[in-house]
Amino acid sequence: MTQEPAFALEVEDVHKSYGNNEVLKGISMSARKGDVISLIGSSGAGKSTFLRCLNFLEQPDRGRFIVNGEEVALKADKQGRLHPENWRQIERLRTGLSMVFQSFNLWAHMTVLQNVIEAPMHVLGQNRREATERAEALLAKVGLFDKRDAYPAFLSGGQQQRAAIARALCMEPSVMLFDEPTSALDPELVGEVLKVIRDLAEEGRTMILVTHEMSFARDVSDHVMFLHQGRVEEEGTPEKVFGSPDSARCRDFTANLRN
Amino acid sequence: MDFSWIAQYAPLLLSGAWQTVALLVISVVCGFTLAIGLALAQVSSPRWLKLLARGYCGFFRGTPLLIQLWLLYYGVGSLLPMVPGLRGSFLWPVLREGFFFAAVSFTLNHAAYQAEILRGALLSVPKGELEAGRAFGMTPALLLRRIWLPRAIRTALPSITGEIVLQLKSTPLAFTVTVMDLYAVAYKVRQDTLLVYEPLLVVTVFYVCLTLILTRVFRHIEHQVPIRR
Repeated sequence: MTQEPAFALEVEDVHKSYGNNEVLKGISMSARKGDVISLIGSSGAGKSTFLRCLNFLEQPDRGRFIVNGEEVALKADKQGRLHPENWRQIERLRTGLSMVFQSFNLWAHMTVLQNVIEAPMHVLGQNRREATERAEALLAKVGLFDKRDAYPAFLSGGQQQRAAIARALCMEPSVMLFDEPTSALDPELVGEVLKVIRDLAEEGRTMILVTHEMSFARDVSDHVMFLHQGRVEEEGTPEKVFGSPDSARCRDFTANLRN
Repeated sequence: MDFSWIAQYAPLLLSGAWQTVALLVISVVCGFTLAIGLALAQVSSPRWLKLLARGYCGFFRGTPLLIQLWLLYYGVGSLLPMVPGLRGSFLWPVLREGFFFAAVSFTLNHAAYQAEILRGALLSVPKGELEAGRAFGMTPALLLRRIWLPRAIRTALPSITGEIVLQLKSTPLAFTVTVMDLYAVAYKVRQDTLLVYEPLLVVTVFYVCLTLILTRVFRHIEHQVPIRR
């Protein structure tokens, strides 16, 4: 028996460029089981790119990635950029890293319930009854049980995002990735989504969260990382990052948001 | 108006209708399958394959179906008997019929048109929905089968239906290669009875009914997923 790894997700020195534009200049992060880590910073700081590198929706150029103790096999091409050695491994690891997107990205040709059971059935190979049972419980939990047979186009933004969270939960992921989950929502709908995410944080789920909701990040996070121009400018407990940051830039950023 | 011939020709009319429907179903089913491959080749494949698929669609959409049919029937059809052993084989009864050549050329032609529709539809599926599939660990094949293709087909369904109805109305060309389809039956009635107008009217009714059935069926499929406008 191998020992349970202490870290759900460990990444070291992640670099990523688009052409000559280096958007990530070496970011490291380690998430223990049950950690809630928030990534904050102004737009263009590289938060979303970093998050999308974690499940290889963006291909990082450099870095080490260890998911639940398993290192992602990468090989370098002629320019020295890394590529996954085996996409099957990426696909397998992705099943443990559910993502919630800014624009929901529910599959429009399926009902809410079908959206939620799709990946458990066809990727994990669970049977329909088992997946449906769990999906219905999760939809009840996010307050959408009565909308389970509706198509996404007929739901409000907040409902769509809660459905997307249920879809992510149904994979029983070891880490959940949230990519600005409330940025596309009308202000009055933000609360219902944040409440669901807060409940998940309190359950002790491991979550990486890119957000512009500062007070929310302060409340739910165990660890906050402030990114600026592709680097970690400041990180630590929310008390430190929001209360007494070392970096002047971080102080300005959080001060602006307090007013 | 003289419809007294109908009773006598009813069996022939029905078998003509059957031939027409068979040609339509074969060319639509096979053509659509081929179209999926052609459309995929155009949106995501190596350059040479992309050019090949584009050339195929250009040729079959750019030349008259009648000429394609005749090239196949008189061209390839006259070469087939020279293939050693083919005449004696169990395939020969099929290969020597005009029906075979009509079915093949309709399939090839239909595929080119449907491929163009599908290509556009595949490109119109929001990137985010495909990304969501990848993010949940779907392999490219599963993503295509469960998300990309069904999503594209739903979007394109009205155009796909339209193309199938057009295909139905191309089937009378099969008459020119000896297939006894609906139109050929009308022609035969005219030859036998010297009535021009009445047999044409009767087959027109058949075509209208077939079109109505087709659009009904596809509208039903379309309504499986409600669209908010």
